[in-house]
Amino acid sequence: MPLNIDWQQILLHLFNFVLLFGIAYFLLYKPVKKFMDDRTAYYKEMDDRAKANLEESEKVKEEYQAKLANVEDEIIEEKRQAYVEIEKLTADKLGEAIAEADKIIANAHKTSEAEHDKMIKAAKIEITDMVTSAAEKLVSEKSTSGSFDEFLEKAEKGDVNE
Amino acid sequence: MSKNKKIISIVIFSVVALAVLIGTIIVKSPGHHGSIGDLMKDAVLHEDNRISLFGIKDVNPGLISAFSITGIFLVFGLIVRIFVIPRFKMIPGKFQMLLEMAVGFFDGLAKSNSPHRNRFLGAYLFSAGAYIFVGTTFELFGFQAITTKGHAMALPAPLADINGAIMIGFLSFFVIMSGGIAENKLKGVGLTLKEFSLPISMSFRLFGALLSGALVTELVYYSMALSYGLPVLVGVLFTLLHALIQTYVLCMLTALFYGEVSEPAGHNKH
Repeated sequence: MPLNIDWQQILLHLFNFVLLFGIAYFLLYKPVKKFMDDRTAYYKEMDDRAKANLEESEKVKEEYQAKLANVEDEIIEEKRQAYVEIEKLTADKLGEAIAEADKIIANAHKTSEAEHDKMIKAAKIEITDMVTSAAEKLVSEKSTSGSFDEFLEKAEKGDVNE
Repeated sequence: MSKNKKIISIVIFSVVALAVLIGTIIVKSPGHHGSIGDLMKDAVLHEDNRISLFGIKDVNPGLISAFSITGIFLVFGLIVRIFVIPRFKMIPGKFQMLLEMAVGFFDGLAKSNSPHRNRFLGAYLFSAGAYIFVGTTFELFGFQAITTKGHAMALPAPLADINGAIMIGFLSFFVIMSGGIAENKLKGVGLTLKEFSLPISMSFRLFGALLSGALVTELVYYSMALSYGLPVLVGVLFTLLHALIQTYVLCMLTALFYGEVSEPAGHNKH
């Protein structure tokens, strides 16, 4: 063959290269690439997680910022509602107190009237009894006009029992 | 380093350099076997300087270099796999970074040139690139071997042997074709065969580049007057430079053509 080309030696070179390919692939290329790929995956996962956390933080931040922006209005609304509620409660309590007071006064009136009537009735009965007994006494002891006049004078002065 | 130590170091260095220079003049050269033309012809054709492969067959020295490189790779790979890779850290050290850069470079080359199908291509480029680069720098070490005629010779780069260059050129072509077949079936074969000159151009480009480096080095060493200082440039820097260039060129071409033929049919080209 020209240029000393030898097919057998070419095949021997090929055999040698196949061996070298196997050695280079299994001992160097594959394990180093696997390590690099694993590391890339590790950092990618870390990066993805960081991005997700960042997104979540941004979302929470936006929510809080929106809340902060509305917080003044919310406080005013809350105050207004509390005021309305307090007023309502106060009015209710006041109404209740007034009703209670009216009831007490009405009861007191009723009781005092009953007491008054009872006293008047008792006084009338007593006066009637007194007058009756005085009359009976006068009629039985002195049946004179002077005695009767004296009796009347005494009754007017309130000395009937004397 | 103190001033005295610096002076002592410079003196020792100068004495050693002078001794070596005197030695090269005193020691008689064995002389050249034949003319420079014969020397270069043998560097190309390896008709005289052949080495016995375990007594089975006389082969070109490049093949012995190739097997030596595979042996070096095996030892290096085993040491790295057993002692280094299990201790890899998330924040890499210097050696880990070097390994990751090498793997990342070829993997990136495969992915950028062949986005649709690149898993096997990345592994192939890594192996071929490592083989070309280590094989080319291998000649710098000047490992000695005995030829069948009893002479000692420095082992050359495996790809300075035309058989090695043809092997890697054609293998790259078949790898490209395999990508085409895997993605586009029979159309992939057609797409690959369209570039029928590719294996020859890749083979002979590699062979020519590495051989020219070897020849220039041989020429420089042929004359003793050029043996001082110049080999640092010619022997080391040029070898390193063309090791890098040839590695890049073959890997880039393979990745480019692989990406072209393995592009799915009907896919818009960017």
